[in-house]
Amino acid sequence: MLSAPEDIKRPLSPHLQIYKPQITSVLSILHRGTGIVLFGGSLLWCLWFVALAAGRDTYHHYQDLLLSPIGLIILMGWSFSFFYHLCNGIRHLLWDIGIGYEMPTVRKSGWTVVFSSIILTGITWTIGLMKWKGLL
Amino acid sequence: MKYESSLKQAQGLGSAKSGVHHWLLQRITAITLIPLGLWFVGFFLLLLTSSYEDAHAAFLSPWTMALAVSFIIALFYHASLGMQVIWEDYLSHKLTRWTLIMGTHLLCSFLAILSLISILKVFLT
Repeated sequence: MLSAPEDIKRPLSPHLQIYKPQITSVLSILHRGTGIVLFGGSLLWCLWFVALAAGRDTYHHYQDLLLSPIGLIILMGWSFSFFYHLCNGIRHLLWDIGIGYEMPTVRKSGWTVVFSSIILTGITWTIGLMKWKGLL
Repeated sequence: MKYESSLKQAQGLGSAKSGVHHWLLQRITAITLIPLGLWFVGFFLLLLTSSYEDAHAAFLSPWTMALAVSFIIALFYHASLGMQVIWEDYLSHKLTRWTLIMGTHLLCSFLAILSLISILKVFLT
């Protein structure tokens, strides 16, 4: 009888923990990590819509929650995750059509993704804070 | 002793023949989410520190509604497909994996429906 694959204890090949972190691997892990963060963050938008539909009081409570220190930290993490996943996602889409496979290009596009996502997050928060303080 | 032929044992273990659909939709929703995601971030950013009246009024526009509905569908579809890949990669126990994939799909569908009904209510009142 063949047993189900999950019942067999097979030896595992060397995995993440024994390799030196490289720009390629770190960014790949980060893409997945930010994807999970964005999945969790989607609940924020869902609740925002629900709060808006529930009426003024609920909306204000939810708004206060989002603009509290903890809320802002969550939004900050979400916004970086969003821009990172967006920029690296474009990098993935370019790979899908066969662009940018040479190793120097892969590293260069990787760093471009890192800097672009930091800059875009910075721009977003600058605009958001200016709007909040009535400067916009 | 095995009574099954090698062919019998190998049959049905190949491609599920449905992966292309998942792969393609993950890309289609990804491309869709580039403009929609950027739009939503800008939209939310300006409304986050605005009054309830401003936020409410924003959803009275059919354009906002069309963009928001598209964003919600693309977002939860993409999230659902992405989470499925993660469960498939890390969970080897079949039942656990199946349960979490189904759970994620159902949760994403529910959150999408809840979001859509909420903004529809705002739009219609």
